Amino acid sequence: MIAVLKHELRIYFRSLAAYVFGAFLLAFVGLGSMLYNLQAAVSNFEYVLSFGCLIFVVIVPILTMRVIAEERKLKTDQLLYSLPISTTEVILGKYLALLAVYLLPLCIISLYPLYFSQFGDIYLPTSYGSIFAFFLLGASLIAVGVFISSLTDNQGFAAGIGIAVILFNYYSVSLSEYVSSSALGSLVAICVLVFALALIIRYVTKNDTLAYSFCIILLAALAILCWVDTEALEGLLPDIMTALSLFERFYVFVNGIFDMTGVVYYISVIVFFLFLSVQSLEKRRYN
Amino acid sequence: MISVEHLTKCYGDFTAVDDLSFEIDEGHVYGFLGPNGAGKSTTMNIMTGCLSATSGRVLIDGHDIFEEPRPAKKLIGYLPEQPPLYMGESPMEYLQFVGQAKGITGKELSEQIEQVIEQTKIYEVRNQRIATLSKGFRQRVGIAQALLGKPRVIILDEPTVGLDPIQIIEIRELIKELGRSHTVIFSSHILSEVQTICDEIIMIAHGRLMALDEPGKLEKRLLSPSEISLVTDAGAEQAQSLLTPIKEITSVNTELMDGGYLRAEVKTDNGDIYSVSRKIFNAFKDSGKALLEMSLKKASLEELFIELSGNPAESETAEEKEVPEK
Repeated sequence: MIAVLKHELRIYFRSLAAYVFGAFLLAFVGLGSMLYNLQAAVSNFEYVLSFGCLIFVVIVPILTMRVIAEERKLKTDQLLYSLPISTTEVILGKYLALLAVYLLPLCIISLYPLYFSQFGDIYLPTSYGSIFAFFLLGASLIAVGVFISSLTDNQGFAAGIGIAVILFNYYSVSLSEYVSSSALGSLVAICVLVFALALIIRYVTKNDTLAYSFCIILLAALAILCWVDTEALEGLLPDIMTALSLFERFYVFVNGIFDMTGVVYYISVIVFFLFLSVQSLEKRRYN
Repeated sequence: MISVEHLTKCYGDFTAVDDLSFEIDEGHVYGFLGPNGAGKSTTMNIMTGCLSATSGRVLIDGHDIFEEPRPAKKLIGYLPEQPPLYMGESPMEYLQFVGQAKGITGKELSEQIEQVIEQTKIYEVRNQRIATLSKGFRQRVGIAQALLGKPRVIILDEPTVGLDPIQIIEIRELIKELGRSHTVIFSSHILSEVQTICDEIIMIAHGRLMALDEPGKLEKRLLSPSEISLVTDAGAEQAQSLLTPIKEITSVNTELMDGGYLRAEVKTDNGDIYSVSRKIFNAFKDSGKALLEMSLKKASLEELFIELSGNPAESETAEEKEVPEK
């Protein structure tokens, strides 16, 4: 794992990736703090972060697009398979390297509140609580990016899908206000979602039985729910969209609440997507 | 050292490797021979843990490559068909990464790197970016990587493909040299290459084992001469009438040569070729016609190879009984 970590760090700091990522993050957060803290003279640094998290839509996919897709393209993944290290170690090494690249600009950012507190009254606990949540938000988005990169050998494709997924996640709460909240609307939308997921499962695992049984079980569960308690379906789709939003959890911290469920949520997302990445890499061995 | 047991690999409906079994003993250079698409790379990928088998297993010194990958993989150094190199790095950095991933650290690592750099003769390019290296050097860096960690078996997948003749000779020399200290398995679809370098040949076609033996024995066993070529001053009809009574002869082809001589190609299915030639000699002696030239024709390993890989249905039945599972 250490070997992979060192190797990845060397690649990031030799290429432009780490610098571009850091520069964009710093520039955007810097711009935010100039607008909020300096020009508007607001003493809350957390607002800067809630403004700054939009930049993740662009920089996370750019950072993570190559992580596994490139190995596949250049066939260097064969080396990783033949070395006496496990796939989990490979993914963890790669992920930790990405976190290190991310933590570096974040360390600089975490100096800002201290610096501003020299000139005004800043409530440091919320600022640092938000920086911590900002770190977790970025870390979980990076985990999502790693997984997307593991699905393809085309870096551009990985970046495109990454941007789309994160953008959708960013706006999912705003979008949830526009989707139908009636029981029928939710039912139809969830059915479509189930079909889409089943198709993805079928594509990824190439296992028809698994995909069909997944589809049938979920649809049956939905039918039972619909029959037993139709009201439960009301507003289900917007609720799901809100619950899936990584950004929404972050705003809780910005509002001054150190939400432990949020921390657990982020950590579960990270673990889940890293697990999926390991499976995706393992799967390559099987076909 | 390595035992491959009933290995089968299917891609959808296509069977790339079909119930393949063989044993690799320590201290030999094995040539893994087969035409393109015979399942060489697939087998090698399974042997090194890069690919899973549909059924069957591979044991490396008693360790199943999938059940206990760590101890098994430590015994193997593998160079895939396309050398897995990071183009932005120098060979030195690359070898450091591979060495660390193989669990070598500190002084031991730098010593081993120095040693493999010397063995593969990449000293002068060790700090150059891999992207700028020639194909021959890239192949060497790939082999250097496989040598790290002092594995007992080195597996090389078509190491000479795409190289120029001088580089091919150099890589062959390197393989021979490695064979003195390691068990080497390398694949190729070029027969002469395998014949000159290795002391054991594993021949596969259509995912099945065709033969496993020493090149010499293989030739003797599978290519016993079955054709006699002779030149005589007898006429075509007379030669026919002399040869037909010999019942071991299956077919005779005659051809008139310059100066009134006759060349005859005689085929036989008898294993004892000398007894057939003795009968021919005696027949001509009794008739008073001279036998001016008589030679036993040996098919080359090349022909056998083409024949084996050409029509699987026939050769399978013919060869499989003959090839014992070593």
